[in-house]
Parts: sequence; structure tokens; C-alpha cells
Amino acid sequence: MSENMNKQAVLTAKNVTKKVSSPEGTLTILSEVTFSVQKGESVALVGVSGAGKSTLLALLAGLDLPTAGEIWLGDVNLTELDEDGRAAVRASNVGFVFQSFHLLPSLNALENVMLPLELGGDGNPRGTATKIMERVGLGARLHHYPAQLSGGEKQRVAIARAFATRPAVLFADEPTGNLDSVTGEKIADLMFDLNRNSSTTLIIVTHDSSIAARCDRRLGLEAGCLVADEKKPQ
Amino acid sequence: MSAIHYALRSFFRELRSGEVMVLLAAVSLAVAALTAVGFLTDRVSRAVERQANEVLAADLRLRSPDPIPTEWHELAREYELRSAETATFPTVVFSGDLSSLATVMAVSTNYPLRGQVRITEQLFTDQRIAEGIPAENTVWADAALLARLDVDIGDTISVGELEAKVGSVLTYRPDQSIGFASLAPSLILNSANLNDTGLVKTGSRVRYAFLVAGIGENVETFYQAFEQLQPASVRARSREEGSDRAITTAERAQRFLSLTAVISLLLSAVAIAMSARRFAQRRLDTVALMKSLGASQHLVISSASGQLFLLGILGVVTGSIAGFLVEKLVVGLLGEFVQTDLPPIGWGPVFLAAGSAFILLFGFAMPALMQLKNTPPLRVLRHDAMPPPISRLFIGGCSLIAVTVMLYISIGDSLMLLLVLGGVLAVAALLYIAGRILVSLLGRARTGVGIAWRYGLSNVSRRGRDSAIEVVAFGLGLTVLLLLTFVRVDLLESWQQTLAESAPDHFMINVQPDERSSIADIFRTNNQAIPEFAPMVRARMESINGEDVRERRYPMEDGQWMANREQNLSWAKSISPTNKVVEGKWWAADYAGEPLVSLEREAALELGLSIGDKLTYIIAGQKLEATVFNVREVNWDSFQPNFFMVLSPGSLDAYPSTFISGLRLAGNKEQVLTEVIRTHPTVSVIDIGSILLQVKGIIDKASLAVQVVFLFTLVAGLLVLFASVHATIDQRRFESAILCTLGARRSTVVAGVLAEFAVIGMVAGFLASLGASLLAAAITVNLFDLEYTPNMLLWAAGLIGGVTLVCASGYLALRRAISVPPVAVLRA
Ligand SMILES: Nc1ncnc2c1ncn2[C@@H]1O[C@H](COP(=O)(O)OP(=O)(O)O)[C@@H](O)[C@H]1O
Ligand SMILES: [Mg+2]
Repeated sequence: MSENMNKQAVLTAKNVTKKVSSPEGTLTILSEVTFSVQKGESVALVGVSGAGKSTLLALLAGLDLPTAGEIWLGDVNLTELDEDGRAAVRASNVGFVFQSFHLLPSLNALENVMLPLELGGDGNPRGTATKIMERVGLGARLHHYPAQLSGGEKQRVAIARAFATRPAVLFADEPTGNLDSVTGEKIADLMFDLNRNSSTTLIIVTHDSSIAARCDRRLGLEAGCLVADEKKPQ
Repeated sequence: MSAIHYALRSFFRELRSGEVMVLLAAVSLAVAALTAVGFLTDRVSRAVERQANEVLAADLRLRSPDPIPTEWHELAREYELRSAETATFPTVVFSGDLSSLATVMAVSTNYPLRGQVRITEQLFTDQRIAEGIPAENTVWADAALLARLDVDIGDTISVGELEAKVGSVLTYRPDQSIGFASLAPSLILNSANLNDTGLVKTGSRVRYAFLVAGIGENVETFYQAFEQLQPASVRARSREEGSDRAITTAERAQRFLSLTAVISLLLSAVAIAMSARRFAQRRLDTVALMKSLGASQHLVISSASGQLFLLGILGVVTGSIAGFLVEKLVVGLLGEFVQTDLPPIGWGPVFLAAGSAFILLFGFAMPALMQLKNTPPLRVLRHDAMPPPISRLFIGGCSLIAVTVMLYISIGDSLMLLLVLGGVLAVAALLYIAGRILVSLLGRARTGVGIAWRYGLSNVSRRGRDSAIEVVAFGLGLTVLLLLTFVRVDLLESWQQTLAESAPDHFMINVQPDERSSIADIFRTNNQAIPEFAPMVRARMESINGEDVRERRYPMEDGQWMANREQNLSWAKSISPTNKVVEGKWWAADYAGEPLVSLEREAALELGLSIGDKLTYIIAGQKLEATVFNVREVNWDSFQPNFFMVLSPGSLDAYPSTFISGLRLAGNKEQVLTEVIRTHPTVSVIDIGSILLQVKGIIDKASLAVQVVFLFTLVAGLLVLFASVHATIDQRRFESAILCTLGARRSTVVAGVLAEFAVIGMVAGFLASLGASLLAAAITVNLFDLEYTPNMLLWAAGLIGGVTLVCASGYLALRRAISVPPVAVLRA
């Protein structure tokens, strides 16, 4: 069983600990977090504000390094790579969706989606990006700039950008946090839809219980410790 | 993907954003200032030099004791220069029974190469510009000579064996101030007649001068080539009484133009530094996102550099166009003055400006770019994640190297570079320290004041390093602006003095003691101011401290010449108002003891003399020993009769003396002067009005150029102030939004911001006034050779200007930020 799990694991955290120094002394934000995620699985990361969810997400995506422990993305040990090495891994294997969208204001919607394709060396970035923009329902807004889009539309562009490279893992940090509940619902639908169709592994930090309920698995964090790991009943 | 591709694509859209605009403005201003000032300084200084050269009647005047060999003319021709020669000697000329001592000058065809000879057919009336030189067997003689010989135009006079016809009255020759110590009336004849006079024999006192003129660089290369073969006896460019004045004015104008250029550059440098910092800071988010999407550090830094490079190109293009237009405008204003046969402006200044702008841009942006490279990608999730701070030493080093290299390339004047750069660095350090102290003091002082002030003051102290940098930027901008304003005022004032209404336009020389009263009578009956007479005794120096002047060694080459020439001595009870004692003190008004002498500073330096040295003169065959009692500085700009050596009262009583007087004539001056010459045939009148006009011409044009270039600097200064406020706009926008959300009224937020700026402005203004006063003192004295008078206005301008400029530009930059609805800011 455990052998089988390791074979299919796309993301593994082994005893991940993160400490930071602050004026009040060393703070332990994450301690000894260990888990592993299967290919195609959708995981909700839940916990109160300040529990360490974003910190864990950043470590899993290689945006930062843990103080101790290892993170494996596929068969690559992220903790052994330098910054450019981790960037290269992200370019081909990782997608992001953020709470505040993070679109580049100086590029139009299509160009924003083309960006990771170009970074990853896609042969036809414009064509690929146009196709995926159509899939998220924004085929008519290709040349609009972020400032001309609504919040929901911006997040759609961000999702298109995240899925454009067909990443193995997609990380989302409170993707619906800045949206009203109806728009949030539609965005969640879109993400789960893409997740199913491209068998991307989904890791979502969320406070929205309906989104958490739609995930295959729920990881609960409390004060930097992993306190719950529940599978959705089949 | 290619970084350049990305840089290009986003560049033009980002152009509209504030920090890119400010950076672009700073770069193009630097380029515009450099090109315009480069073009202008070049042209104006050439024009000024040329006008000053009129005093030499050439661009270069080489004096020789021997006849000018024809090879010299050939050499000049090789360098595409025009050449001429003169031979000058004193002799007695005759007409019938009458005779007079005269200075004869034989001139060759092209004379004068600079300036014009003016002649007239009637005494002291409308003169006209002479075409060419006197025809063979014809002379042009000045009025005094004609009066003494009692001849008119068309009459014949004898110069040695030559019988020549008087063609015209000579009223002006450009080089008349050279050697006007020789005082005798002058006469010009054609050099073809020189040998016919039979006066040129071995041992005769003929002095030859070789004149060349042409394009500046050619004159220089010619002189370099010439120096290789010139005999030691040749002196370049006579430096004699009176000829220095126009040159000093020209040199000062040039120096001021360069100073203005240096300061405009420093200001643009500060503006570039401030906006480059922000340029990089604004890219932090973009870079973090690019990195999270998988961009490498290399890509990040090369796309940012690519954008910076594009920005530089754009700045260079717009800046050089602006610089070119300004140059056109100024040249238009200056008119003929700068346009006479100068080579066309080249691409030189543009390349220089472009190079400097790029050095500045990258020098200042480099540290920020390096930091940008290290932006943690984590920033996409935690907005407070910042790249590790960069060593201040590195930042300082980069900027300092950039500025120094650039200044060194553009301005060769190392003394100026040292003074200005050293001064500015010292002021910057002072400002930074003061800024930090201010920050910590305000941190403590902020309780016990109203909400606006508390908010404002706490802002200053919380921003810590940023506030200190703001103080530095504001302060530096103000310092150099104040510096330039007040040095400019000093300079213009000193020029104004030169042109004072009272400056004499004629000199009357060779007045005998008993002629003083009869001459005074002529002036009185014609309602002219009575002239003041200064005594003058001709002397030679025999020995210094018992050592023969011919054998003595002198600290400067000019000393040898100064010691061996004929001296004009004078005596005085009290010091002339245009003189100032710099060493020792003036003698008591009733002093009647052993002879004392007061030396002019340059003369003392050249001769290597100091207080207590004993000088022995030979005057009319008798010896006179005098002790050096003080050293004096002479304001030659005053155009008053002045002397290198002035003796104590009574010292010269036993010797034959004549008198000299500077005259300022109004109204019927022809009549007065004709009457003086007719009734006192031995008296000579020299017209220096033309020199005065010449100097006035230089000054007028130079001041105009100075004012125009100054405007540039003003713009650069304002830009710095704006850039430094703009640099903190993001944070302030956010803060004021939060305050408004918390229920603060807009007016409270505005008042708070103004309070913050007022404090910064005051501190910066105070230190800027201090720095500018010290620097101005150092610069006026060392670079312009002028006296420095402390100016309270500078302090007022510094403080008031500091507070209002900082508040106004701060308010302008923030107005929009403050008026945006808070939601818009918080949600963005
Ligand atoms: N670099 C850091 N320095 C100091 N404190 C940090 C740092 N990173 C995270 N923290 C703290 O760790 C805790 C967890 O943060 P985070 O992972 O953002 O929580 P959340 O679960 O809300 O996403 C918070 O209290 C946060 O302030
Ligand atoms: Mg979080």
C-alpha cells in the first residue's frame, strides 16, 4: 500500500518545519508537517487565519525554502535546488492562482496567459493561450487589459494562465477570497472542471466550506501543525 | 522567452506610469543640459575668447626681440591660420622744426587679425573702420602726435629717413592697451616701409610681434608645433598692464557656464537616482510574479535592464532634441556675437551627453537592479517579503563612480570638480546625519501635538531611512540651486561694477605737475568733472635685497620680465578704493619716514617678494631704496589707473614725476579733449572707451548665456524635488486611504502630509543654506577670484524656499493619491 502511494505521489512533504526570526525571538510557523498527494487529487488546505496555510503553500511550490525537512515535486527534491532551479521546475510543473489575481497590468489578457507558455518554451504560445482563453469563456476579451476586466474575469484570466502550461500541480491561495459568492462559485466550478479534464493535482487554500467539501481530501492546519487529514467519503 | 521581447512589449505601456515618466524626464533633462550647455559653452567661450583676443589683435601673439622669420608665416599657413607681424619701436619724428617722441608700429598686410583699426579725417569726431593698412609712404598718426607736430592730414612728416604723408588720424587700434606703459603717441606705417626708415639697426629697441588667428584647435596645434622650434626669447601673449581685464571677464563667464553645467548634471543625477530607485521598487511585484511563473534571475535582470536601456535611448533622443532647440534659441538671442565664422556644431556634445546619461542611469540603477534580481518569489503570497537590503557602501560606490566619471569626461576643470563634488558630498553626508537625527528626535516629540502633526511627524520618524534620503535629496537640490543663484548674483554684480558709470573711458597721461591746474580749468569751464591726478615716476629696478635683478632667480618666468622692464611708480597717502591690502597693513596717512613700497599681489608672487624685502630703483640716474611694507590686491576690473608698485608719501618728491588721470567724459568731450591737447601738446589722451565697450559686449552676452543656462538648472532642481516626493507616493497613497477609512477627514490627512513635508523642508532648507554659503564662499574666491560677501537673503531663500517648494511639490505629487476614494486604493 505505502509503496503504491509513493509511486503515484506527485507532491510529498517530509517533516517540513519553517521557523522565522522576529523581534520576539524565533517563531515556528510550521512544525514537522508530513503528507503526500496523489496525481489528480484535489486537496483543500483549511485552518484559521495565521495557521500557516500560505506558508505551507509557498514551501510546496518552491517559492521559499523550509528550515528543515524535504519537499518532493514528482521525483525532484525542491529543497536541494537553487532559486533558478526551482524556477525552472515551476515553469514546467506548477501553476498558481492568487487571491488578488496578480495579473501584470501592462500586458493584456492574452499576453498574461502567454507569459508562462513563453517562459516554458511553448512552440505556439499565442495559439495555446487563445484556446485556453476560449475554454474559460473569455474568447471575446483577449485584448483587454486587466484594468478593463471585472474581478471574476480577472480570476478567469489567472486560471487560464495557471492551466496554460498543463501543470502537474496547481496551487490556489484563497482564489475566491476577493469575489462575491456567486462569482466565487463559478470560479470554483471552472477550476474543478479543468482539474478533472487535465488530471491536474489541485491544492487549494480556502475558507469556503463548500469548496472544501468538493475536494477529494481536506488537510487541517492549526498553529503550524497538521491536525487533520480527511478523505471525502467515496 | 526572450527578455528583450518582454521588455519591449511592456515598455511602451509602462511609459505612462509616474516613475517611468520622472525617470525619463530626468534622463532627458541631463542630456538636454549637457548638449545645450556643451554647445553653448563651446560657442560662447570661443566667442568670448575671440572678443578678448581683440586686445591682442590676434588669437595668439608671440613677442620676439628678433625679426620674424618667414618660416613662421609658412608654419601658420600649414595650420590654415592667418598671420601678420608688427614691429614696434620708439623714435623721434619730425615736421619742420617741431619734433615729438612717438611709438612707431610697422604692420604687415593682414593686421589686425582680430578687431579693427579705427581712423578719422578729423579730430575726435566720427571714426570709421579702416580698410587694410596704411598705403606705402603713408602713415596714420594719433591726434596727440599731430597736435605736437602741428600737422594736418595730407602733410608730410619724417620718420627716420622716411618721408611719409599723414593719411588719417588714428583713433583706435585693438592692441593699443598692450604696452600702453610706453605712453608716447603712436603712429602706424606699412611694414614695407620699415627698412626705408633706416631706424632698424642692431641694438635699436625694436620689438617684434608675430600674430596668428584662425579656428581654435588649429591655433592650439600650431602653438604646440611652434613651441618645439621657438627660441627661448619668444614670449607668447604679452601680459601687460591693462590687457588682462577682458580676459578675466571671459574666463569667469566660461567658468560659470561650466559650473552651471556641472550643477545641472548633479541635479539630474540626483533626480535619476531617486527615480531609478522607484523604478526598481515598482518592479518588485512584477518580478516576484515572473519568478513564481518560472522566470530565471537572468531573465528578470535582463528584461529590467532592457527597459532601462530603452528608457535611456528615448531620454537621449528627446533630450538632445531639446538641447539642440535650446542652443538654437540662445544662439538666436546672442545673435552675431557667437556666429562669426565658427565651425558648425558637431555630434560631439550629443555623444558625450548620451554616454554620460547612460553612465548615470546605470550607475544609479545598478544597485536597485541587483536587488531586483534577488526579489523573493514568496512576495506573491506575502507582500512584505523584500529582497535582502544592499550594502550602502555598494550603492554609494556605484553612484559616486558614475558621477565622477561622468563629470570628468564632460568637464576638464579639476579644481572645479574637486570643489563642487567634494562640497556636495560633504553636504550630502551632513544632510544624511541630520536626517537620521531628525527622525529619532521626532519619534520622541510626537506626543503632545495635534492629530495632523502627530500623523505627519510619526510618518517622518517611521519611514526612517527613506525620510533621511528625502532630506538628502531635497537638501542637495536646494543647495546647488542656492549656490548657483547666489554665485550668479555675485558674478553679475562684479560685472556690473566693471561697467559702473564712473569707470573712466579716457586716460590722460604725461601731465606735468604745473599743468594740472590749467587742465583742471579747462574741465571746469566746460562743466566736466575735475580730473584726479595720480603721480607717476618712471623707474627701473636695479637690485632686490642687494642682488642684481638681472642675475636673480624668480619663482615664475614672468618675474624675470617684470623685474627688468621699466616700472611706473606712484605714491599715495591712502589706499585706492579699488585696492585691498592682503598682507601687512597700509601706512599711516601722515607717514613721512623712510621710503616704503606697496606691491600688487601678482607682482609680488612673480618676483618672489615678501614684506621686509628691500628694492633698489634707478630713477633718472639716481638710486632709491624702498622696503616692501604690504601686499595689495588690485581690482583691475575698475579700469582706474592702478600701479604694481605704490610708494609712501614723500618718497618720490625728489624725482621728476608726471601725472596720470582716468577721465569719464560727458557731452562735449571732443571739444574738451581737443582743447587739452592743443594747449598742452605734451599731454597724451588715450581712448579706452573702445576697450570698455568691448568688455561690456562680452559681459552682456555672457550674462545672457548665464541666465538661460541657469533656467535649465532651475528645472532640474524642481525635478529633483518632485522625484524625491514621487518616490514615496505608493506608501503614502495607501496610508492616506487607511486613515480615511478609519474616519480621518481629508483635510486632516492633507495637513498631516504637509506637516511632514514642512519639517523635512525646514531641515533641508537650513542645511542647504549652510552648505550653499560655504560652497559659494569657496567657489567665488577660488574659481572666480571675486570677493565673497555673506548674504542673509540666501538664508531666507533657503528656509522659505525649502519649506514652500517641498510642501508644494509634495502636495502636487500626492494630490491625486489623497483624493482617490480609499476603496480604490485598498482594493487595487
Ligand atoms: N517571514 C515571516 N516573518 C514573520 N512572521 C511570519 C512570516 N511568514 C509567516 N509569518 C507568520 O506566520 C503565521 C502564518 O502565516 P500564514 O502562513 O500567512 O497564515 P495563513 O494560514 O493565514 O495563510 C502568521 O502569524 C504570520 O504572521
Ligand atoms: Mg494566507
